[in-house]
Amino acid sequence: MRRWDNRAWLGVLPVVLIVAFSAVVPLMTVVNYSVQDIFDLNNRLFVGFEWYRDTLRDPRFLEALLRQLGFSALVLAIEIPLGILVARNLPRRGASAGVWLVVLAIPLLIPWNVVGTIWQMFARPDIGLLGAGVNALGLDFNFTADPVDAWIVLLMMDVWHWTSLVALLAYAGLAAIPEPYYQAAELDGAGRWQVFRHVELPGLKPVLLIAGLLRLMDSLMIYTEPFVLTGGGPGSSTTFLSQHLTTMAVGQFDLGPAAAFSVLYFLVILLLCWLFYTAVMRSEDVEGGPGGH
Amino acid sequence: MGTEAKRRQPRWLLYGYCLYLALPIYWLATMALQSNQDIVGDLEIVPSRLTLANFAEIVGNPVWYSAFGHSLSYVILNTLISVTVALPAAYAFSRYRFVGDKHLFFWLLTNRMAPPAVFLLPFFQLYSAIGLFDTPLAVALAHCLFTVPLAVWILEGFMSGVPRSLDEMARIDGHGLGYFFFRLFLPNIRGGIAVTVFFCFMFSWVELLLARTLTGSETKPIVVVMTRTVSASGLDWGVLAAAGLLTILPGVAVVWFVRRDLVKGFALGRV
Amino acid sequence: MAWMAWTWPTAAFFLCVALALAVLTVLELKVPTVQRRGWLPLATTRGDRFFISLLAAAFVHVSWLAFLDAPVYWATGLAVLLGAGLMRWG
Repeated sequence: MRRWDNRAWLGVLPVVLIVAFSAVVPLMTVVNYSVQDIFDLNNRLFVGFEWYRDTLRDPRFLEALLRQLGFSALVLAIEIPLGILVARNLPRRGASAGVWLVVLAIPLLIPWNVVGTIWQMFARPDIGLLGAGVNALGLDFNFTADPVDAWIVLLMMDVWHWTSLVALLAYAGLAAIPEPYYQAAELDGAGRWQVFRHVELPGLKPVLLIAGLLRLMDSLMIYTEPFVLTGGGPGSSTTFLSQHLTTMAVGQFDLGPAAAFSVLYFLVILLLCWLFYTAVMRSEDVEGGPGGH
Repeated sequence: MGTEAKRRQPRWLLYGYCLYLALPIYWLATMALQSNQDIVGDLEIVPSRLTLANFAEIVGNPVWYSAFGHSLSYVILNTLISVTVALPAAYAFSRYRFVGDKHLFFWLLTNRMAPPAVFLLPFFQLYSAIGLFDTPLAVALAHCLFTVPLAVWILEGFMSGVPRSLDEMARIDGHGLGYFFFRLFLPNIRGGIAVTVFFCFMFSWVELLLARTLTGSETKPIVVVMTRTVSASGLDWGVLAAAGLLTILPGVAVVWFVRRDLVKGFALGRV
Repeated sequence: MAWMAWTWPTAAFFLCVALALAVLTVLELKVPTVQRRGWLPLATTRGDRFFISLLAAAFVHVSWLAFLDAPVYWATGLAVLLGAGLMRWG
């Protein structure tokens, strides 16, 4: 067991200070902004919860929220199973393992706006391989004009971009399962599905918590890729929360409303991630470290 | 090995997935090697007229290559800061219990959850107020918001995988904490550090929103220069594609150099 | 600090949270908490219940502002009651 020793706080202190500087101070500032009407910093008016009320009753906020939740749910539903499948097929050892990892890691290392650019070039009906190819098949496909097409391209892009992360983490989880477990399952005559269900899935749980949480958090804050690819359009069909917020904050410089929007946005993410974290941690019944793994 | 081969599905899934990964990048590469007329002209799956003019444009233009330098400087700074502060914290989390440890851990994670868009306004004000605006340090510190919690999280996992008996042995042998930590403990988690460096580098290198907000004309990073090109000169597809292709290289270089440690790290399964 | 645009109500709010955290820390040192099951479908410590109370309070306010026009003080009262209940029996 880990020993009780409050001096361990000394080890954590640098992290606490740096995160307090880069997170707590700005977050308090956002809360301060959200209750005021700010013309400039010397000229501001306390308005209480007005901006919150406005935002919560603003159909654009609610639509962006719904779109966001739908997008995140779809992304998780595709990427987690696909990532596990890919990980199961990766070789465990040898030189080829390293090469596969590098190949898989490539999409993760591309700047997000470049990801958007790549997919724009790839999917455009005039110059893109995908867009022109699909049109050549006789289907009418244009993601800049049709909301459904835009969603399809966005989902394809996100799967392309992030499934590798799930795959890499799942690969790590699979590698940690001792070989005797498989042999025992084989002796019992377990089929492929049963091996997966009773040997691999339990072993994968801790890394799937990390993968799921990371994908949930990141998909909830997606901004750059759709900004480059679709610009939130056509219409506002791919405008997610971050995009809406950035337009308010930088485009229109509405400090108060943007801040209220930020606080609500953060609360939604906090609630979802806390529920996810608690649900998985509870089913796992924490052994050992604070991360539960 | 026999059982391992048996429980795999046919490899076609893996090859299919790699094809899916490769196609858009292949398309990017063909565009980078073509002139704009050829790009908007007839669609060719294998381009017939290749040119290096787009790359020459980037190499010859200081705006482009200095932007690469700016990006690398804050990414490296961020990775150094993150790993340095995360090591002792992860050690504390993995070896000791203390007041509020679980809540502190979750609180760190909440910072990883916070959307950068939420921090745009206050970060701009904060870094202007302390005079760091438009320096690599500002972006590096801002990126700590998500890299530090992640680094602590990953390292804690790896450290928990090192048996506690190692600590006990060092104590019995009379080694101080410093000697133990740097000479005995860290070599044991090399793989973990490689994985951490990989993730810190990755999340800092790929980020656009904060990097764009916190840099002015002095330290404009490559990701920002790229978005400007789109708006400034219409759609210069060729140069854009060439620049995009070049931004992939540093990441690939990093992952290539740490790949052995990565495999070891991932094989430990303590991510 | 001017750029942080402080107001009295927000300053008071953050002071209260900081104070509560300090009190919880001292309590933890004097009387260590025990994990237990109450209303909530999971075992919680004192700190967990405090976090859940804060989150619940936030969402009570959010739903109040979204659906009702009555003054928001009612929501605050409701949140305090709910929080006290959660701390005691949660």
